[in-house]
Amino acid sequence: MKQMSKIVRTITNLVYGFIIIFGFYVIVHGHLTPGGGFQGGAIAASAFALLLVSYGSLITKKFLKKEFLSITENTGLTVFIVLAFLGLGITFFYNFLANTGGWFGNTAAIGPNSGDMNTGGVIPLMNIAVGLEVLSALGVIVLVMASGAEFTKKKENS
Amino acid sequence: MIDNFHFIVVIIFIGLGIYTLMFKKNLIKIAIGVCLIENGANLFLITLGYKKGAVAPIYTYAPSGQSMVLPTPQALTLTSIVIGIATTALILSIAMMIYKHYGTLDTDQVRRLRG
Amino acid sequence: MKKIIFGIAFILFFSFMVISALNMRPFGEPVFSEMDDYFIGNAQVETGANNVVTSIVFDYRGFDTLGEATVLFTAVVGIVALFRRVSK
Repeated sequence: MKQMSKIVRTITNLVYGFIIIFGFYVIVHGHLTPGGGFQGGAIAASAFALLLVSYGSLITKKFLKKEFLSITENTGLTVFIVLAFLGLGITFFYNFLANTGGWFGNTAAIGPNSGDMNTGGVIPLMNIAVGLEVLSALGVIVLVMASGAEFTKKKENS
Repeated sequence: MIDNFHFIVVIIFIGLGIYTLMFKKNLIKIAIGVCLIENGANLFLITLGYKKGAVAPIYTYAPSGQSMVLPTPQALTLTSIVIGIATTALILSIAMMIYKHYGTLDTDQVRRLRG
Repeated sequence: MKKIIFGIAFILFFSFMVISALNMRPFGEPVFSEMDDYFIGNAQVETGANNVVTSIVFDYRGFDTLGEATVLFTAVVGIVALFRRVSK
């Protein structure tokens, strides 16, 4: 893939950080506003696709490494399964942090209210784990298919 | 008949997807047809859970005194969209490998198994 | 010859779908909603989250989310295995 012109590269430099921060905002506030793990992970993975389109695949492969994204994906899925096993005293996938006094444990007011971030139990932790996994999975898919496109183009040149 | 306008849009999606799957020969167009059928099914699942004059099922800054839309079909559609991503990515990767091996993307010429 | 058979089958299938779409229940009046009334009424008390859809996806039906995460992981494993170069 070739590079695009200088205007596109300058705008990508400015906008790239804001897209990733907006993706993390949608992931973390998943229990108060519409959104959650899967939606926020897809928003943050579109920043990787923007980088790949505007800079070409040779330069992007030096910046985003496949091994680092693979470690992040394994970490996300393992944390999700460990959180499911921790409530095994009563049942599988039990919400053992809801309505207690500890971490993420306040009780929510009944009816329409204005949203307290400290509520939710084990749901925000699961949102972060699934968000990390979806972000890394979509990043690995886009990178492998882009570098495979050069590899499959040899037949029309020879 | 104009009351059921939303179901007519769903069958237009699925009908176009099946037409593309039956009558076109390029492998990329067949992949687009599969994606169209999947999105039509997701749209049908969401339109089954609507109540007249209701708001979204979220309690943050909700207007008081109104009923809420059914939330269960929305939860099932989330799972279905992610499975659609996995299917589309795999079918496009297989199309790339077929192009590398045979040199063409026409389904009339990739019929024989070559070693 | 093959196109004529495909055309007749497609027209039959499409007319079947049109007839069944015009005879469905009117849009906006669900009949069976006891499970969703329980979810809307009790999701804030039992889980403490304001978003009812997220509490269904991660708390009441968390097992489906585990299956979906496994499907995404398996798709990534399949794509990376397909593009591996055999070094001679």
